[in-house]
Amino acid sequence: MKRYSDMEYLRLSKWNKFVYKLVSFLVSIPLGIGHFFVKIWKGIKEFGGKVAAECKDIWTTFVTGDWKTKLSFLVMGFGNLAHGQILRGVMFLLFEVVFIFYMVTTGGYWLSKLDNLGDKGPESVYNAVLDTNTTVFNDNSFKILLYGVLTIFFIIAFIYTWRANVKQNKLINQILKSGKKLKSGKDDLKSLVDDQFHKTLLALPMVGILVFTVMPIVFMVLVAFTNYDGSHNGYSNALFTWVGLKNFGTMFSWTANTSAGLQSYSATFGEILTWTLIWAFFATFTNYFLGMCVAMMINKKGIHLKKMWRTILVMTVAIPQFISLMYVSKMFAQNGLLNQMLMNHGWIKQPLPFWTDPTWARITVIIINIWVGIPYLMLITTGILMNIPADLYESAKIDGANAWQQYRKITLPYMLFITGPYLLTSFTGNMNNFNVIYLLTGGAPTNAAASGAAGSVGYTDLLITWLFKITTGGESLYYLASVVGIMVFVVVALISLVVYNVLPSIKNEEDFQ
Amino acid sequence: MNNEKRHMGLKTLNRASNTVIYILLVIISVIWLLPFVFIVFQSFRVESTWQVGYVIPQQWGLQNYINLWNSDFKRWYLNTFIIALASAVLVTVIQLCMSYTLSRFRFKMRGPLMRFMLILGMFPGMLTMIILYRVLADLGLTQANAVPGLILVGVASSGMGYYVSKGFFDTIPKSLDEAARVDGATRFQVLYKIILPLAKPIVIYTILTAFMGPWGDFVFARYVAMGTSAGYNVAVGMYSWLTNDQINSWYTTFCAGGVIVALPVTILFMCLQKYYVEGVTGGAVKG
Repeated sequence: MKRYSDMEYLRLSKWNKFVYKLVSFLVSIPLGIGHFFVKIWKGIKEFGGKVAAECKDIWTTFVTGDWKTKLSFLVMGFGNLAHGQILRGVMFLLFEVVFIFYMVTTGGYWLSKLDNLGDKGPESVYNAVLDTNTTVFNDNSFKILLYGVLTIFFIIAFIYTWRANVKQNKLINQILKSGKKLKSGKDDLKSLVDDQFHKTLLALPMVGILVFTVMPIVFMVLVAFTNYDGSHNGYSNALFTWVGLKNFGTMFSWTANTSAGLQSYSATFGEILTWTLIWAFFATFTNYFLGMCVAMMINKKGIHLKKMWRTILVMTVAIPQFISLMYVSKMFAQNGLLNQMLMNHGWIKQPLPFWTDPTWARITVIIINIWVGIPYLMLITTGILMNIPADLYESAKIDGANAWQQYRKITLPYMLFITGPYLLTSFTGNMNNFNVIYLLTGGAPTNAAASGAAGSVGYTDLLITWLFKITTGGESLYYLASVVGIMVFVVVALISLVVYNVLPSIKNEEDFQ
Repeated sequence: MNNEKRHMGLKTLNRASNTVIYILLVIISVIWLLPFVFIVFQSFRVESTWQVGYVIPQQWGLQNYINLWNSDFKRWYLNTFIIALASAVLVTVIQLCMSYTLSRFRFKMRGPLMRFMLILGMFPGMLTMIILYRVLADLGLTQANAVPGLILVGVASSGMGYYVSKGFFDTIPKSLDEAARVDGATRFQVLYKIILPLAKPIVIYTILTAFMGPWGDFVFARYVAMGTSAGYNVAVGMYSWLTNDQINSWYTTFCAGGVIVALPVTILFMCLQKYYVEGVTGGAVKG
């Protein structure tokens, strides 16, 4: 592609400018993705280099250290204890004792079973006392995977702590050499509300995120490589085990089950993904522009009762969404309030197919989503609109710009710059907007060709509601739900990556402060 | 062209456009309020089947509210209220810790941490529902005991939602901190004595959103309660009233429930509206 300099670009005709921009955007996508992989490769190399440097550092600490240092490689915290840093030493030692105790008592067991997630499933055994066969439960794949992952987390934490312990010895030697005093336990505690205050503040939130977000995500990503489903629940009916990339193969195979009238998973996935993207696009931008319109109307000079108009809209933000969504969903139903009223007045003969016709249903959810979203957008944009410097408009007026030109040349660019990051998060948020879709339509109307073992799929289903339906309905194909979840991640990540490389206002966080 | 005349023309144009705007605003207000007005009317309707083609009840009465009192609704309401109260306190603490730290401190792991959480946030939360359920089940915190389970999961993962308040903290000048640090204040004192008073809007915003969130919490709450009415929150419970086999007898009660749920939340919201607007415009956009 030919690159134009700034001057050359300015001389292009409007149409050529547009084409140029479009082409350079399209080119930037594969470039961005390529760039991403280059970055990952560089990251891996960098990581490798770091690990090598760490190993070298550990080795030199060991070789050059005295017997106290050498012993503390085995007994964590010994160096600290020997030099009177009781608090640090005890913490290290305690961690080591707990770790060894855990690994010996249970951790080793889970780890040893992790290779195929259990060997012995439930079996029927003759029970002499009852004189009948009873089921004996043996291994539990679910627990093996869960505690296996936890144990690996724990091992990583241990390695990290052990490294910190080695570093401590190096530090002690350095400090003693330079003739300074070592920090006492009291100093350590004090620094937790001062220099190290961030550690205190982050401790609790990070533990929560680690246990209730990171660990579950790692677990569920791993499930995508097993055959965990309703008939292999890993405990009471059959164990599940590793299957490699088989599930991704299933998801992306084009073989349809024609005898049952079902289409392939690829086709279903493609359909749902397309609708998800269309939905996210319209849900984001209709709300954004209409919300901005409403805000501008209320903000306009000469409009009275500004506060009242705003309050009316803001009030609807306060009402819990499930009430309004469920109510409106029933209002638009086949025999709901709206259709009944229209029929009573004789305006229509047949009820309008709001939730029964695929196209009607899709348009209706988008329109109702406007109703849900505008008040919130109105609130956000009002504040920003008022922040646009008034003299910009004054000088534009003097130059003879009309209202539309002012909007195009001042308001819109300003808004887009400020709200760029918001638009991105709102787009991805809408892709995963479970509540609106699920409470309004539940995914209806049903798409018979797409429904099957993976639960019933409808025309308004997003990937996220499909994931939910796979989990709770059909044959509970958890492994498939996990694959869908990973795909959602991939799509969101790709979109974010592209937008990050195009939008100026997200890139530099500090610029914004 | 006569300048006077042009001026007059602009004036009438302006007046005309203002009239159009007024008409639009009235239409918008009606569209936005109507469904809620409908709910209120229908909550007083004595005839209880839902398929009627009118809004104003033919027979007015408090029957639906009495039904509500006699149903499990009390329990659901209490459950939700407890969850909302607990998360208002705990979620606020966690989110403020997180956002303040990431806004104010520059430590080695800050960048990687934020990038890591950004990536983490790209995974759909729905994905982890199954395992979280199993973990809660192991702890005995499902079905009738769903309330502490929901609080635990909600609070533990709330650190991820630090963006709005971080955006707000970013707008408080760093020179304030530095001045205090020069005067010998510890980091803790800076937070407690200088930042917190200035951050009142975002604190109230966080409390408000944390309190309002659980009232609409639906999917995970339903999964954790697993059909045990005692563990429902209002959203889950009232959803069960609108299923096809229940709707005819429970529709108007649902409306009454909607009024009872929405009323306190809305009043609270209207009182604290100012802070909400400040939080949203100050923090949400910057992200």
